Amino acid sequence: MEPRFRILRPLMGLVASLMLALVVVACGDNTATTAVTTAAATTAAAATTAAPAATTAAAAATTAAPAVTTAAAATTAAATTAAAATSAATTAAASGAPVTITYFTFSAAPDHLKDLDAMIKAFNVVNPNITVKVETAPYDTYFTKLQTLVASNTAPDVYELNYENFVSYASKGVLKDLTQLAAADKSFESSVFYPRAYGAFQQGGKQYGLPESFSDVVLYYNKDLFDKAGVAYPNDNWTWKDEIAAAQKITDAKAGVWGTYQPVQFFEFYKMIAQNGGAMFDASGKPTLNSPQNVEALKFMLDKFNTLKVSPGEADLTSQPDADTALFKAGKLAMWRTGIWMFGSVKDVPFKWDIALEPGNTTKAHQFFSNGVVVSNKTEKADAAWKWIKFFTSSTEAAKIRVAASWELPALSNQSLFDEYLKQTPPASRQIVFKALETAVPPPVIERQSELQDIVTKELAKAKLGQVTAQQALDNLQPQVAKLLQPK
Amino acid sequence: MALVSNKVGEKPWTRRLWVAFFLGPHLLGMLAFLVIPILASLVLSYAEWDLLTPARWVGLDNYAALLSSPDFWDALKHTFYFIVGYLPLVLVLGLGLALLMNQKLRGRIIFRAIFFMPVVSAWVAVALLWKWLLNPRYGLVNWLLSLVGIEGPGWIFDPNWAMPSIILASVWKDLGFVMLLLLAGLQAISTDYYEAASLDGAAGWRMLRSITIPLLSPTIFFVVVISLVNSFQVFDQVYVMTAGGPAGSSQVLVGEIVNNAFRYSRFGYASAMSWVLFALIFLVTLVQLWLQKRTVHYQ
Repeated sequence: MEPRFRILRPLMGLVASLMLALVVVACGDNTATTAVTTAAATTAAAATTAAPAATTAAAAATTAAPAVTTAAAATTAAATTAAAATSAATTAAASGAPVTITYFTFSAAPDHLKDLDAMIKAFNVVNPNITVKVETAPYDTYFTKLQTLVASNTAPDVYELNYENFVSYASKGVLKDLTQLAAADKSFESSVFYPRAYGAFQQGGKQYGLPESFSDVVLYYNKDLFDKAGVAYPNDNWTWKDEIAAAQKITDAKAGVWGTYQPVQFFEFYKMIAQNGGAMFDASGKPTLNSPQNVEALKFMLDKFNTLKVSPGEADLTSQPDADTALFKAGKLAMWRTGIWMFGSVKDVPFKWDIALEPGNTTKAHQFFSNGVVVSNKTEKADAAWKWIKFFTSSTEAAKIRVAASWELPALSNQSLFDEYLKQTPPASRQIVFKALETAVPPPVIERQSELQDIVTKELAKAKLGQVTAQQALDNLQPQVAKLLQPK
Repeated sequence: MALVSNKVGEKPWTRRLWVAFFLGPHLLGMLAFLVIPILASLVLSYAEWDLLTPARWVGLDNYAALLSSPDFWDALKHTFYFIVGYLPLVLVLGLGLALLMNQKLRGRIIFRAIFFMPVVSAWVAVALLWKWLLNPRYGLVNWLLSLVGIEGPGWIFDPNWAMPSIILASVWKDLGFVMLLLLAGLQAISTDYYEAASLDGAAGWRMLRSITIPLLSPTIFFVVVISLVNSFQVFDQVYVMTAGGPAGSSQVLVGEIVNNAFRYSRFGYASAMSWVLFALIFLVTLVQLWLQKRTVHYQ
């Protein structure tokens, strides 16, 4: 150091100790550390000219990680007040030493955190010693975060899985087998659940999760458009032919009015082939993508756009994410296959609408989705975790909160829980939601689910664009799907 | 280092300590988030790992699977398509713009700032903007085309137009960056050359070809290297504008890598793909260095 800079030495010492202090403070708080170090990594990346592509992946990993929001929902304060409110006699037996479990969810945030809070409060009335700490992430990043947590042995005690992802988690052996816990709990009755939903969270005869909620897909229809065209409303006996006949009468391309719409993608496809007696896999699990029933079903889906022209094409929809919703809300779509989760979104439209069972071809079939909660096999708090998931999925208190908040529907068989739900209008025919369950078909699920969904959707897109025929698309898919099933 | 430490009059080790102290945090970050992940990805590219179950050694299987995967070859093809469309366009337009901005125009500082604005904007915002501009039915671009009697294409919804749309947006965004670098290069060229050339009777096109471009060639070379490396790694705009669609027609290499790693949990396979991409960039850069000796003139 040059003599004239010597004066800076104490200053350097000061800066250095400040930095040290900063590092120490940052270490206490994980988020801050990540922020600091990520910034460092970014500058480093910018400095290297030919940074190998691996950095991109690494960078993506670091950006994905901080996306998680932590919401400490159930506070100990809530637990203690709740405890004070209940009669000590009943709870004393149930409560033991205080225990905290973490619950990781995607479906609660951002709209239903209050409702989850309310459920936890109700849970603490009977289990004052168990604190449920809630962590959330949006669905898009939830599974990346969850994988990382499981891989680093810091999996949450309890977490939410949708049915499509459940299979892959169960087969990788990271979930706790709940069969014993369920058998040991005298107050637990599996019959309270809607059987198909309860069965969905089993694998190899073991129960790995409890169903938390369900939803299905039905046919929405615009009554005003039907009236205007003088066409009878859809009923339970409708088939594809009736749908097309009505759609042709209603479609008015000049006015931008369309008869019917369904997107061409994996979930619509699996349902449509089921309505035609087809399936993606046979009973033994072998792929049957290009069966004649499937080809016919896909052709029907495409014809509505191409030859019959009763559905809006790409140019009319311009594939904006919610273009179909917008079209229905604008009163320009007569029939729309979509989920019951859209009730809230379309309830204030200025025309009359209702729902009906979907028209089938050779048989009826309805999409069925279910979210469940599972327990990590690494948890040391299995008993507390079990109590929470039992309460969360099957208690009347939790179910009532869920129904009142329209946070999907509890997967419970007790119909009286849904009285409030059924009373609401529109749609007037809400019982269709439950009637559709009689012919519910859960999505086909394999271990490499995301890949299956992506390749099917991609090949269907090619067919929709006219690059391949329905037959060619499914012929192309057959070996691709077979490859996914091979052991890695 | 030796030069300075003699002057300092401090013991060399205290100096080293200070150096380590100030570089430490940065190096640690670089080690933790760059060097270690890069090395880990190299090891991982010989294994299959889904994060949930322990990694399994598979040798060269990932690389073999890669070479036999049509998706990989498609992604590679689309990446080259992007480069071939993007690079010449951004270079020629960037050079034109730099020459223009180098003139004594009124308000050229403001123009420079305007042209540079897209460069500092976030890709997500820019990509969304272009998505709206290119909307076949309601977008501004097709509306303008309709004024001159042209029926615009489906842009990002048409498999033949998806990649050109991405190239268009990318050129628009990066033009300012290329312009700025070339402008700096232009201003470094001594006016003596131009004076001498004009004495010899050169002007206009001749001046550009014989004086400007040769003397600008080191800058052009730098721009090409940087742009090429960046365009091999093209991702953000594709992800936001088309997500690789329609029907996979605009899927690029990094898109494939991200999908395989974070959607399909095939971290080994994705790592292998990253290293293939690295090897590609490395090779191309070597070729460029070799070409540099023949085409780049340093003053």
